[in-house]
Amino acid sequence: MNIVVCVKQIPDPNAPQELEEDTLTLKREGKLIMDDSDSYGVEMGLLLAEAAGGGEVTLVSMAPNGETSGLRTALAMGAAKAILVSDPRLKGSDALGTAKVLANAIKRVNPDLVIAATESTDGYTGTTPVQIAELLGLPSVTFAKKVAIENNVLKVDRQTEAGYDEIECPLPAVITVTAGVVEPRFPSFKGIMAAKSKPIEELKLEDLGISESEVGFAGAGQKVLEATPAEARSAGEIVEDDGTAHERIIAFLENLKLI
Amino acid sequence: MAFSKVWVLSEMQGNQVASVSLEILSFARSISEQVEAFGWGEIGSQAEKLGDFGAKVINVVEGIQNELPAVKVASAVKEVVQSGSGPDVILIGTSYDGRDIAGRLSAMLDVPVITNVTGLSLEGEELIASHSIFGGAIVAKSKFETSKTPKIFVIRAKTFAQEPAGGAPAEVKTLSYGDVGKKSDAKIIASHAEERSGPKLDEADIVVSGGRGLGEKENYAMIEQLAKLLKGAPGASRAIVDAGWVPYAYQVGQTGKTVKPTVYIACGISGATQHLVGMKNSKNIIAINKDKDAPIFSVADLGIVGDVHKVLPKLIEALQSRA
Repeated sequence: MNIVVCVKQIPDPNAPQELEEDTLTLKREGKLIMDDSDSYGVEMGLLLAEAAGGGEVTLVSMAPNGETSGLRTALAMGAAKAILVSDPRLKGSDALGTAKVLANAIKRVNPDLVIAATESTDGYTGTTPVQIAELLGLPSVTFAKKVAIENNVLKVDRQTEAGYDEIECPLPAVITVTAGVVEPRFPSFKGIMAAKSKPIEELKLEDLGISESEVGFAGAGQKVLEATPAEARSAGEIVEDDGTAHERIIAFLENLKLI
Repeated sequence: MAFSKVWVLSEMQGNQVASVSLEILSFARSISEQVEAFGWGEIGSQAEKLGDFGAKVINVVEGIQNELPAVKVASAVKEVVQSGSGPDVILIGTSYDGRDIAGRLSAMLDVPVITNVTGLSLEGEELIASHSIFGGAIVAKSKFETSKTPKIFVIRAKTFAQEPAGGAPAEVKTLSYGDVGKKSDAKIIASHAEERSGPKLDEADIVVSGGRGLGEKENYAMIEQLAKLLKGAPGASRAIVDAGWVPYAYQVGQTGKTVKPTVYIACGISGATQHLVGMKNSKNIIAINKDKDAPIFSVADLGIVGDVHKVLPKLIEALQSRA
């Protein structure tokens, strides 16, 4: 069972975020970390490979600046190796451009299963995994909250508006997993040490046969025009609970004639 | 009108048209004389409803049964586009299948897609999309920079108001899909509904949501009790959905539901970006949190710096004594 997990390295979402002044895209300088949303996919990949009794997890990632610290985290969890498509010409790529790059990188591994998060924490477009599936000619099952493989068939509980659907899908396929689907393991000390020597293959656009007109700002079919502070809500009232705060809530609701 | 033809994905939710589809149809009428719905399954039975909201035609993709619909729906749209009679603009509501359809279509037609739209306006002959970023602190505006059509937008729920137009019943047309190979092999074996009583989360006048500050799963009962007393719906932050306290259907936020109730009561929720995106447009917000620096207080009309374990029981008791 060879599994690819798509991993995005993003600026720490808990740190203040800023936009580039000229392009109004997210600043991605400095240290990048593995998107927490992807840790569930990495864990799921490791569990499925273990359950299949063999095979390995390969990480596939794209970054304009050669950053690998987020990938090392996933390697420390137990992934065998990584492919990083790193090229300054990728800066500004939109979801479809990203999908083209990742799909071409994934082809080199020829996996049984591709796992991604439902969406990234920084861009949250949420279309890239399905675009990858289409470019690879594979079926996809999104919003998986439970995943098993039996006789080369994926069995997935997929989130729906009303509850969930039981889905069956032959491999190879692409799935996206929701957060909370599994409990991601913490890298062990041994894992962290081992990760330092695991292979990360760095590729450029030429290695993938992708033209620079299809990716980056050049290939993005969309542009951010402006970014302005949202209309602020008028300042509310903040009160410390002195044991009677519930009365303030009652008064607030009464005032709106809701009770 | 700016566009000669606009298509709106129209999905069923239970035995009704999904509200996000009706919201988007209401907007679509302002940019085109020829608004058409497209969808699959039972959507063809909704000619009156969709006509009332301005759809002249319902394009139903035939041959989708017990399977994930995205591949065949996208393939059928592609056939129409390639025949030269496709729409200029395709508007899709953010839903599980909606995002899949947008992704498939984008890759099949090699056209970009603009997602997470929280506002759409016509400026000259162009559609300008708004997006709420950084937890709603910043509004970014974007547009397509390509001559390719169709222009595909994926729009979040509650972006537009539902306004019936009183149109005649829509004409039902059928579409067939092209060669989909193995791409459409994901089959639905069984569907399960998670029962919940009271008003729906995205339609309730009052939403009471709980977060990690509740401490443990058992304490979520207070949220349900309070919601029931106020005839509202219980909701949740992603943190406690991920922790398995409540089903995903309760989640308010970026990956969950967008709500816009008269009052939103956030209990033990810090107010992560992920959550704020889904509730900051509520008309009134009450927040109860121990940490006075919690970001939730920046959007609260009434902020209570206090312990939910103390405030909620008193609030519940006071409401009970009034009933």
